[in-house]
Amino acid sequence: MGARLRVLRRRIGSVQSTKKITRAMELISASRIAKAAQLRVEQAKPYSEQMAKVIANLQAAGAGAQHPLLITPEQTGEVLIVAISADRGLAGAHNANVIRVAERTYRSEIAKGRNVTMIAVGKKGVSAFRYKGLEVAESYEGLTDVPTYEGARTVAAEIIDRFESGRADAVHLVYTDFITVGRQVAVSRQLIPINPDDVSAADTDSVAADYEFEPSPSQILSRLLPAAIEAQVYAALLSASASEHASRQRAMKSATDNAEDLIKSLTRDFNQARQAEITTEISEIVGGAEALKAG
Amino acid sequence: MPLHVELVSPELVLFSGEAEMVITKTVGGGDIAFLPGHAPFLGAVSNSAVRIVRGDETVVAAVHGGFVEVSDNKVTILADIAELAGTIDLARAELAKREAEAHLERGQDGTAEGALARAVLRIDVAGTTHLSR
Repeated sequence: MGARLRVLRRRIGSVQSTKKITRAMELISASRIAKAAQLRVEQAKPYSEQMAKVIANLQAAGAGAQHPLLITPEQTGEVLIVAISADRGLAGAHNANVIRVAERTYRSEIAKGRNVTMIAVGKKGVSAFRYKGLEVAESYEGLTDVPTYEGARTVAAEIIDRFESGRADAVHLVYTDFITVGRQVAVSRQLIPINPDDVSAADTDSVAADYEFEPSPSQILSRLLPAAIEAQVYAALLSASASEHASRQRAMKSATDNAEDLIKSLTRDFNQARQAEITTEISEIVGGAEALKAG
Repeated sequence: MPLHVELVSPELVLFSGEAEMVITKTVGGGDIAFLPGHAPFLGAVSNSAVRIVRGDETVVAAVHGGFVEVSDNKVTILADIAELAGTIDLARAELAKREAEAHLERGQDGTAEGALARAVLRIDVAGTTHLSR
């Protein structure tokens, strides 16, 4: 067997084993993980929707006017960006998009003369920001693959602590919004000050003004707003997770398809080379026999 | 007209349906029961058992903090953490209780106190359903 045939055979083998891996990753992302992630996004919705409604009701009762989490400060000096990327790669443009949006938010806040601090959730974001020279104050790993409310609470506690100690006047949350299985968009949303309209599209028509409160509206609000931030962080984590799995599924599907195409064309080259070799051999034999006959 | 009750935790909807009465406990206010026609109400729920009464059956859940909203015969409970009585792992709760008590004896409070309160509530709630059956 000629050298060219050996090289081709080896390449076909290597592409085939790569294809096996990408196919496996595609199937894993497609099956239970992605479905479970999408299901959790759905299951978490009622809570944040009801939460938005309650906040709207409280504000209608006049409780929100003085709460620091709801007021836009006259001057924003310290900005905190919380960027949610994935822990693992091989998910198409998923991580790159989040990192790009986070960096853009970072640069635009710097350009406005503000101090910017970063909190990175997800290993990929941490290393990318360090590489780009953006300072990462705090980082979390292991929260995005299968998000738990506990994980969201940890991140939210850090955010609220920074806000209350005056190390952040405004907080932006950068994550991938899961719109459909085929469409995910990296977005930057303002988390603090809370805009009740942002928490969810609550129908403010249903606001009944004459509520009884226990304890007082402002006490309820000061418990409720941190919970609302937790819920928003949780929703963002879930959305990011569902997006990650959807992106990975798509990326791995196209990788598998590409591997198939590559195998097809390599096999063709291989067959051609083999045929050429056989043809050469036959013509050599025929040529030799002719030479003997002539002699 | 019966009440429409929703018990929602951040992770999922634990209960959604009709009921005759809901009993819970507010922060600083003690036990409170909601019957159909209750005035609009908004409260913070303390660590407590929530009872949803529907006919002969009572659904009991351990709610570790949260909020309750009542309007138009709709009761919505937003729980920070919530578990239906049937899903509580009694053995685990008792283990957690003993651990928390041991921590407290050694003088660590704060987190241990919270853990103890949660464990005791879990055991209580799990116990109530066993009795009512």
